[in-house]
Amino acid sequence: MKFKAMTAVAALLVAAPMLGMADEDAELVVNGEIEMVTKTEAPAHLEGALPEIMSGWRFRSDETQQTQMDDFDNPGMIFVDQAQTAWDTAEGSEGKSCASCHNEPASSMEGVRATYPKWNEEAGEVRTLAMQINDCRENQMGAEPYKYTGSQMTAMEALISIESRGMPVNVAIDGPAQSVWEEGKEMYYTRYGQLELSCANCHEDNYGNMIRADHLSQGQINGFPVYRLKNAKLNGSHARFKGCVRDTRAETFKPGSPEFVALELYVASRGNGLSVEAPSVRN
Amino acid sequence: MAEGVTPRVKVPKKADAGEVITIKTLISHPMESGQRKDSDGNVIPQSIINRFTCEFNGENVIDIKMEAAMSTNPYFEFDATVPEAGDFKFTWYDDDGSVYEEVKSVAVG
Repeated sequence: MKFKAMTAVAALLVAAPMLGMADEDAELVVNGEIEMVTKTEAPAHLEGALPEIMSGWRFRSDETQQTQMDDFDNPGMIFVDQAQTAWDTAEGSEGKSCASCHNEPASSMEGVRATYPKWNEEAGEVRTLAMQINDCRENQMGAEPYKYTGSQMTAMEALISIESRGMPVNVAIDGPAQSVWEEGKEMYYTRYGQLELSCANCHEDNYGNMIRADHLSQGQINGFPVYRLKNAKLNGSHARFKGCVRDTRAETFKPGSPEFVALELYVASRGNGLSVEAPSVRN
Repeated sequence: MAEGVTPRVKVPKKADAGEVITIKTLISHPMESGQRKDSDGNVIPQSIINRFTCEFNGENVIDIKMEAAMSTNPYFEFDATVPEAGDFKFTWYDDDGSVYEEVKSVAVG
C-alpha cells in the first residue's frame, strides 16, 4: 500500500512538468471557429479512477497541436476529400452510393460520430461506425465491405466524423449496451501479454509520464480516426488497440472482433464529454 | 485522368475595402512526377497540375507554374488586397487537360 502511494506521488511530480512541455493552458480551436473541449470533468462511471479526462491533443508538442488547428495544415483532411469522392460514387449490385440514401454528409451525418459505438436494435448488437458503414455497403449497396482498418474505411469514418467535430462524445453505456460495456471494462483492467500490462497500467496510472521517447496519454479515442505523423495515414481505433496489445507481447484480437468492439465502447465512454476531434493529428 | 481531384479554398467571407486578406488553397492531386516506374518496369507518365492562377474580378492576383518535383496535394497560401466586393476565381490546370475551378465571393463592409 505504502509503495503504491509513493509511486502515485512520484507520478504526480513527474507528470506536471511533462505536461508542461506544451503550453498547458492552450485551447484547441479549429479553423478559428470550432472550440474543442480537450479537458473536462470525468464521467460519473470513472469516479475514483481519473480526476479529469484529457484529450490526447494535450499531450502532444506545440507543433503537432498547431497542425490540428487548421484544416489546411491537417493532413487528415486530404483523406476526407477522398472519402467525399467515394461517398458520391455508386458501387455494388444495387447501383447506389452513400449519397443515394444519405444525401450530403453535412445534413445526414451531424452528430453521428459522437454516439458510436451504439446498440443497434434490429441487429441486436453493439455496432461501431465501421460496422455500420460495412453493413450499408453489403446490405444496401450490394458492394464489397471495406477492410476494417483499411484506408478507405478510416477515410469514410473521418468524413462522417467531421460533421460531429466539437460535439461532446456521448456514448450510451446503459440499457442493452451495458453488458458489452462491462466486458470492455473488464478487458481494460485485464493484464495481457508477457509484459502483463493492462490498458489502465499505462493510460490510467501513468499518463503524462514518458514511455520511451513519448508521452503517455490517457488513451482517449475522441480523435479517431487519427492522422499519425509516424505512418502518414489515418489510423482507426482498433488498429491502435491491436498495436497496444501487441506491445504487451500478447496475441492480439482482430480488428472488428467482438472483444475490440466491447473495448471501443468502454474506451469511448471514458471520453464522454470530450469533443469529437476526428480527424486529429498525433505523432 | 487523375482521380479524386478535389480543390479546397479558404477565403474570408467579409473584408474591409483595401484590407489584406490571407487566402489558402489546396488541391488533392497525386502529382505523378513521370520519374517512377510501375511493377513491370514501365515509366508511369507524368500527370501533374502544371499551373495555378487566382483572379479577382478578372484581374490577375497570382499565376504559378509548377514542375514535376512538386509534392502531392499542392498547397498555396498567399495574401491579397481586396479593393472592392467581388469574386476570387481559382483555376488549376492539369497535364491531362482537365481544368478545375472554384469561385469565392468576398463582401466589403
